[in-house]
Amino acid sequence: MKRINRDVVVIGAGPAGLAAAISASEVGARSVTIIERDEELGGILKQCIHNGFGLHYFGEELTGPEYAERFIKKLNTLKNVDVKLNTMVLDINDNKELLVSSKKEGIYYIKAKAIVLAMGARERTRGAIRIPGTRPAGIMTAGTAQRLVNIEGLMIGKKVFILGSGDIGMIMARRLTWEGAEVVGVAEIMPYPTGLTRNRVQCLEDNDIPLYLGHTIAEIKGDRRINSVVVSRVDEKRRPVLKDAWEVECDTLLLSVGLIPENELSKKINVKLSRTGGPIVDELRQTSIPGIFAGGNVLQIHDLVDNVSRESETAGKNAALFAIGKLQDHPRVEVRNGEYVRYVVPNYISASRDVEFYMRSTQPLGRANLVIKESKRRFPLRYVTPAEMIVKRVKAKDLSFAKDIGHITFALEKVEE
Amino acid sequence: MTKKTYTCIMCPKGCRVTLMIRGKEIVKVEGNECPLGAKYAIQEFKNPVRIVTTTVKIKDANFKRLPVKTAKPIPKSLIKECLKLLSDVEVTPPIKSGEVIVKNICGTGSDVVATREML
Ligand SMILES: Cc1cc2nc3c(=O)[nH]c(=O)nc-3n(C[C@H](O)[C@H](O)[C@H](O)COP(=O)(O)OP(=O)(O)OC[C@H]3O[C@@H](n4cnc5c(N)ncnc54)[C@H](O)[C@@H]3O)c2cc1C
Repeated sequence: MKRINRDVVVIGAGPAGLAAAISASEVGARSVTIIERDEELGGILKQCIHNGFGLHYFGEELTGPEYAERFIKKLNTLKNVDVKLNTMVLDINDNKELLVSSKKEGIYYIKAKAIVLAMGARERTRGAIRIPGTRPAGIMTAGTAQRLVNIEGLMIGKKVFILGSGDIGMIMARRLTWEGAEVVGVAEIMPYPTGLTRNRVQCLEDNDIPLYLGHTIAEIKGDRRINSVVVSRVDEKRRPVLKDAWEVECDTLLLSVGLIPENELSKKINVKLSRTGGPIVDELRQTSIPGIFAGGNVLQIHDLVDNVSRESETAGKNAALFAIGKLQDHPRVEVRNGEYVRYVVPNYISASRDVEFYMRSTQPLGRANLVIKESKRRFPLRYVTPAEMIVKRVKAKDLSFAKDIGHITFALEKVEE
Repeated sequence: MTKKTYTCIMCPKGCRVTLMIRGKEIVKVEGNECPLGAKYAIQEFKNPVRIVTTTVKIKDANFKRLPVKTAKPIPKSLIKECLKLLSDVEVTPPIKSGEVIVKNICGTGSDVVATREML
């Protein structure tokens, strides 16, 4: 079987993979290959035709395809990066050999010195949340609807209900309204929206679409095609309170109930995964296996693509350094989560340089302090909610104490107003 | 006197900002926790604008739809009209990203441009 050798192989060509490949090349990897199963570069951005991308990274508001195009243009100028489209990574082994399958080149091996995992995320499906009722047609994830409408040019229904207040669902509520459908409502089981405020206002309120917080779908009805859903308030334990339920007619139900990092490949080589479903990484974005790095939604579900690009540049750069034998660093200080912190990335730091931490809270807190428990250092945060990732750059001088004790704990505390 | 309430999007807090309006004049702003909220609500009252993103048909290309946007934000009240006009537009490749698809759409002073290239 054919076998080729590369310094760095990047799996996935969404914004994470593109940024990683570019910086790997710029930092001095002699050969970089980016592998994408789709027919073109850009990942999920290609179907996100709305604007709101790049405000932080480029200082201007772009649509998804425009944001992707900037990176693709850059990538195309780099001589030592080759792109393999319509190519899927089927397997990886412990020697960093990737088994890939492509329409054009058949099945072959690529041996990498370093690998960047950038496979993105997949959407939670109905099975994952188990709604009672029949199994008619007309039910799909919001992302599938997005692809069908924006890329295939198909219309998916006339009367649409949406379960979950995730960003993709809210974006699709507006998109479908603009395409002439009637979006009859959005139900969110949590007492707060799980997507961005901006989307709640500009997608739902702008179009007078009701958002039912603390509600879920108790039942799906319909034989061939869905014809209604039963919407119900939930109690504190998130169980439907059926006496308050009502029936809403619809011919389509979209699910926008979250994303799961795509780590089937990571599991094959026993990369250690965290509670969030993504690999455990250090500040270099190196996983538990030396020479394997990760960035983007494969690691943690981001709400801003700008952070995906930045994080993946780190992964790509360090993958290149590893491949050319210049990465000696092994951060060992453990990052732990305290009160109200659901997770923190990275999980290990060296505590000798500045680090940008990404974290999410367990619940809405409003005005809060981010607290380093061991040193009692506090950083005020304006407004904390699980829908918006906390991004906090902490200076080396505020981290260095942890070198002696080997750990650092981040917690959140409410500030009474 | 009439009341109008807006959800501020300047930060995740999403203050509900209420404007008290007499005639065309704003007499009072309430509910905002910072000056940005007042500014946002007043802008939304006086001249609410949005960037519109959608697709138009494309013939003989790899894909069936070309994504487009208004180059500038347009008045909210003209969104439906613009979309209706765009639903009848069909283009042919090659199209460059940024290429003008409809000039000065619905008299808004904004062009509609392609947001990706299609060859
Ligand atoms: C359906 C959907 C819609 C979204 N819509 C929005 C939105 O409207 N606004 C927003 O801000 N964010 C949105 N997001 C979040 C968005 O995904 C992230 O901001 C960002 O695109 C993540 O980038 P990524 O490169 O990590 O992942 P992706 O963009 O998902 O890219 C991963 C790439 O890896 C490829 N891949 C995976 N496995 C393999 C394999 N084994 N072999 C080869 N290739 C592989 C995939 O084909 C894909 O192209 C959406 C996410 C999803 C899933």
